[in-house]
Amino acid sequence: MDLLVASPILLHLTAGLLCVVAWKSVPAQRVISIVAALLGPLVAGLLLVTVHNSGPQTAALAGWPAPYGIVLVGDAVSVIMVALVAVVGLAVVVYAMGALDKPRERAGYHPLIHLLLTAVNGAFLSGDVFNMYVWFEVMLLASFVLITLGGTRGQLEGAIKYVTLNLLSSVLFLSAIGLLYGIVGTLNLADIAVKLPLVDAPGLKAVIAMLFLVAFGIKAALFPFFFWLPASYHTPPPAIIAVFAGVLTKVGIYSILRVFTLCFPQQLAEFADVFVWIAGFTMVVGVLGAAAQFEMRRILAFHSVSQVGYMFMGIAIAGVCLAQLAIDPAGDEQTGVLRQAAVVAVAGTMIFMLHHGVVKMNLFFISGIVMKLRGTAELKHLGDLYRTHPMLSLLFMVTAMSLAGIPVLSGFWAKLVLVRAGLDAGAWWLVGAALFVGSLTLFSMVKIWAEAFWKTTPADADKALAAHDESQGGPVPGVEPRAGQGANLTLMTIPAAALTVLAVAMGVGIAPIYRAAERAGEAVMNPDQYIEAVLDAEYLERLDEHRAALGLPPRRGGATVVAEADPTPSPEDPS
Amino acid sequence: MHTLLAIAAGVMFASGLYMMFRRSFVKLIIGLVLIGHAANIVIFTSGGLVRGAPALIPAGEARLPDDPAFTDPLPPALILTAIVISFAIISYTIVLVRRAYQAIGTDDLDQMRSTDK
Repeated sequence: MDLLVASPILLHLTAGLLCVVAWKSVPAQRVISIVAALLGPLVAGLLLVTVHNSGPQTAALAGWPAPYGIVLVGDAVSVIMVALVAVVGLAVVVYAMGALDKPRERAGYHPLIHLLLTAVNGAFLSGDVFNMYVWFEVMLLASFVLITLGGTRGQLEGAIKYVTLNLLSSVLFLSAIGLLYGIVGTLNLADIAVKLPLVDAPGLKAVIAMLFLVAFGIKAALFPFFFWLPASYHTPPPAIIAVFAGVLTKVGIYSILRVFTLCFPQQLAEFADVFVWIAGFTMVVGVLGAAAQFEMRRILAFHSVSQVGYMFMGIAIAGVCLAQLAIDPAGDEQTGVLRQAAVVAVAGTMIFMLHHGVVKMNLFFISGIVMKLRGTAELKHLGDLYRTHPMLSLLFMVTAMSLAGIPVLSGFWAKLVLVRAGLDAGAWWLVGAALFVGSLTLFSMVKIWAEAFWKTTPADADKALAAHDESQGGPVPGVEPRAGQGANLTLMTIPAAALTVLAVAMGVGIAPIYRAAERAGEAVMNPDQYIEAVLDAEYLERLDEHRAALGLPPRRGGATVVAEADPTPSPEDPS
Repeated sequence: MHTLLAIAAGVMFASGLYMMFRRSFVKLIIGLVLIGHAANIVIFTSGGLVRGAPALIPAGEARLPDDPAFTDPLPPALILTAIVISFAIISYTIVLVRRAYQAIGTDDLDQMRSTDK
């Protein structure tokens, strides 16, 4: 078995377990935590380069070959996600050392954060749908404990909503797996992709696909399942929520992308309209919700919903392209354009996930710094930060403009690629909604800038702050320390500055990132490479013979959906 | 038997969801337990029910027998995994609900509005 694919999982698992062993000693936990966090980008980078040079990497766990055993698969899509996890992990561990209060750190922050990263990596690398479910549950348990760490009233209330809806989503996921196993008799994703078209049960397939969509949609906080996110994301300290905003919702989007393009391309095309509506509503409702808020963390939480809509938009556009290819295989020229648009749309989703992971996490970092400085993130009690902390203001400004999509910064390219794909696919309304939402994002960011950084601090801010504390039951000792107490602002600022530089660097040096994302898009739209990397040739040959015996068109040759609707074999991939 | 189990799963889903819609914390937990079990029954049923056949390949044979039917051992294995996971999660939820009850002083979900404002 290839250890490299498993190494991102093993690294964080080892670190998490060592931290549990060193439970009594916070300094020892810190050392373990930071060493693992520093190794993360190295391992992810190595995996990225290996996959780039020699195609998808697989590891058959315990030596049981696919499709009988569980496989881990690192392909062009999952390695990008693993790389994002590594960056997020490193930044958040450094930030937490400066920001997190001692009681929370003693209560197991370090082991939990590494177990969370283990599970997220596991979900990204798993090539088996039930194994993915298990990683989801590990991730949920770690996130449940993290979100309640400290146990303030707000956290407990938020956690009940978070826990209930996420458990509901797990149950739907599990039921979908059960039904899927019932019709294909396998759990390996590649094997499902090959065998599902052989099963003649369109109604049941549609039901299973929609169960997956709802289950992952709840995790990803898509409209209309997002209500847990704004209710819970602003309650824990920024050192915890930043990592949630950085990677957790992306697990949902990644799973939709993986499961639908690999196993359910037919259903993705059939329900493309549903996908488009969900994407549009998620973007618009999220940004309108944010516009109504006046607390930094709440604004950012609502914005996460809206940004998830953008990530989903790429998948929806790919669905629209597949649907058009299926009903109207038209001329070769149009086919080429639509296929390329689908590839670009998926590339847009990938770039957006990278961009959003970095930028949104950084905005939560900065909101945490503001809270340490002023004791609140309520915009009406803030002000003057531009005069007292010009460097912090610069960090906020650059990051916020990147989120809003100002040219040269990372967000601009992410949106440009999505809009371009949308125009090629003819999804005019969706593109219009995306641009409209972009301008409202700018509005929200400018609102934070004007209120927190630009205006003069209201004269009664201290009094208002005391009243605010009173309404929350007083400042809980050690939970949210006021300026300076127990916080190391330098350690908090370093990751914030590094991520800001990264957001600029991603914007200026977009070319290699775009190429990597485009490769991911091609891998998603032409799943043959993935399937052939996972399953052995002899096994596939037998399945293909069986397929031919059933009178179905051949498996190879690009997106499967075309082959099913079009009696003639689809032309070769334009790339 | 399939029909009976399918109806049982449906009833459990419905009653579980009904319990989750109630305002009490305790009923929320009962609801979560019920829908968790309903999902297990769905896996069990859709994996195929076979009566009186072992999940073993007969001695000397190289492949599965076609007749008599063969019981697929995988769905029970999946269910076992799911039960273990749901045990951990339900334990966590009970502790969470207890802490929340202590902090908020009520078990009425409608009173928990401070994070939605």
